[in-house]
Amino acid sequence: MVEFVERTVEVIGSSVALLEAGAGRPLLVLHEELGHPGALAWHHEMAKSRRLVIPIQPGFRGPRIGWMRGVRDLAAFYGFLARQEGLAGCDVIGFSFGGWVAAEMAVGDPGLFAKMALVAPFGIKPQVGFIKDMFPIASLDYLRASVADPEATPEFASLYGEPCPQQIEDWEDARAECARLGWEPYMHNISLPALVQGLTGLSTLILWGDKDEILPEDAVRTYQSRIPDARLEIIEGVGHRPESEATDQFLTKLKDFLG
Amino acid sequence: MHIGYFVEQQYTGLSEETVIMNGGFFGLPNSHFDPVQGAALYKRYISEYLEAERVGFDSMVLNEHHANPACMSHCLTIEAAALAAVSHRAKIVLLGDPLPITKNPLRAAEEMGMVDMISGGRLVPGIIRGASWEQVASNTNPALNRELFDEAHDFIVQAWTKPGPWRYEGNHYHYRFVNPWSRPMGERLHIWVPGVISPETVVWAAEHRYPYVALATELQGTAHMWKIYGETAERMGYQVGPENFGYFQKLVVADTEEEAYELGKGHIFGGSFTPTRFASLPGYNSKDAVRNYATKFYQGVAPRLNLQHDIPAQKQFLLDHYDRMIGTGHIITGTPKSVIPKLKHVLDVLRPGIFTIWGPEGPAPHEKVMRMLQLVGEEVLPALREHGKTLGLTDPFECYPGERPLPADGKWTPLVSPDVVAAA
Repeated sequence: MVEFVERTVEVIGSSVALLEAGAGRPLLVLHEELGHPGALAWHHEMAKSRRLVIPIQPGFRGPRIGWMRGVRDLAAFYGFLARQEGLAGCDVIGFSFGGWVAAEMAVGDPGLFAKMALVAPFGIKPQVGFIKDMFPIASLDYLRASVADPEATPEFASLYGEPCPQQIEDWEDARAECARLGWEPYMHNISLPALVQGLTGLSTLILWGDKDEILPEDAVRTYQSRIPDARLEIIEGVGHRPESEATDQFLTKLKDFLG
Repeated sequence: MHIGYFVEQQYTGLSEETVIMNGGFFGLPNSHFDPVQGAALYKRYISEYLEAERVGFDSMVLNEHHANPACMSHCLTIEAAALAAVSHRAKIVLLGDPLPITKNPLRAAEEMGMVDMISGGRLVPGIIRGASWEQVASNTNPALNRELFDEAHDFIVQAWTKPGPWRYEGNHYHYRFVNPWSRPMGERLHIWVPGVISPETVVWAAEHRYPYVALATELQGTAHMWKIYGETAERMGYQVGPENFGYFQKLVVADTEEEAYELGKGHIFGGSFTPTRFASLPGYNSKDAVRNYATKFYQGVAPRLNLQHDIPAQKQFLLDHYDRMIGTGHIITGTPKSVIPKLKHVLDVLRPGIFTIWGPEGPAPHEKVMRMLQLVGEEVLPALREHGKTLGLTDPFECYPGERPLPADGKWTPLVSPDVVAAA
């Protein structure tokens, strides 16, 4: 399985941990609201042809950055990180909360990315339904709701089947940081649907499972309709984690998109 | 010693099964709520507070909760204003105004100022962070709760003391025109801070020289909070006294032991205040509390949670828990003769200058509460006052908190004896 190398970088006076693995053209990976899940099968496969660069969101492990008040602040910070690390013009993939961050990075710095993949991305308020509220439920309950069939998802079971106290503590840190940045409006920015219309020339792939209990379909349909060069690919029978629930399909679509 | 009277003011008429099936009071659907019943209960609870004043309590103590039937005081300043207009002597103590969830500290300052003036200067404007579930009810960011509380407090004190108009650009609050024509009447502010088990709140109260009022916490744990407060006070340069501490004691008094015991069960009616999912919102608790939660979560949730839908088992669990609380003195029930020694024991152990009787809860009938108040006024309060005098339990109105000098060696003298606490 792929092994990540971790290092710490300083960006505008604050520290951020970076995980890296693989070789090739860089692919910036923005993790979900409960943090980097660890080495997944899709990481292992993509690392064969790409250098994966995964920032660990400040506050998730280690000190938080006090001046950050919203996701747009985090996106700006990551934008500085990306340029500092020579990642300008790279591809990006964002998962769930990380997808929101990726979209905000793109609108804040339109030339930053060559291609953008958004996997069940937060950031846009669905007009039908609500993004599932992760805060007043236990992290394990939220996780179980994030896959269509936990028992049929071996990777999910290996990651989250028997969480130790440190894992639970890490999830609480992650939830606290997400609360700081995304409490209200809940996991979306009112202005994002308007701003993504400006992403002319940014080829975008949106992936969503049709059994997703976390993110309603309306949100990804809005992303698709507003981003000029976006296509939506719906994976049938899976929930919020197509990368784990249907890894082969996920990889096929991702590789086809990234080229 | 300042003796107050408090109840949660429960919306009565719900079956206990309804509350248990919900996992607790918070979030019980408001389709169960009848405003006609609510109106009658507000009149009832106000009449009981006025009776408390009549029989001799020093204060009527209020709190605030939302989105649940356990507490009908959903805006404590409104009820405080009502009491301010119809009462005459007793202080009106807020424990406390939940500053973060009010979202508008200028308005909170104006409200409390108005209540104080309407009462003729009898308000004690206690302040509080607001429980975890209250953040959900008001959509206040739990991860920012302490910052909001700190800033709101600082702003309110300024609003009451700094001549206006002035402008304020803070971290979370912004006012381009602060000029309230409303402030407390007294020359000195008396702000009290209630708490349960948070050392951070204790330290904050001590740093600000505000009395810390422990909400019916067990005696050893409470004494530990006193120690944290005293050590902080030493760092701040003052010696603690009884005026720095308050304690809530759950008490039910009736004409017979058996009747009091049965009435006391109202304190366990329905079980939890809130379903667990609202009890620990992200970012609300300290890192130590989170670490403790993570360890306990890993070890397995409390057995009774698995019994939630087994009503008979849950009720038996609650009854067993009730008897344990009676055994530890967490709830004291009985006739005046039997409760007085137990209450004196609490005073002996904790030495609080503020002592609040937490009266009957749950489905306790109005006439039983009124009878309790009569018995307490006639027999219990005089005994407690005499004992408090013997122990030298000065309250914050006799000795302003934070003004006792440290001993000559600069080391604080503990208020409570470790031996007495250990034996309690």
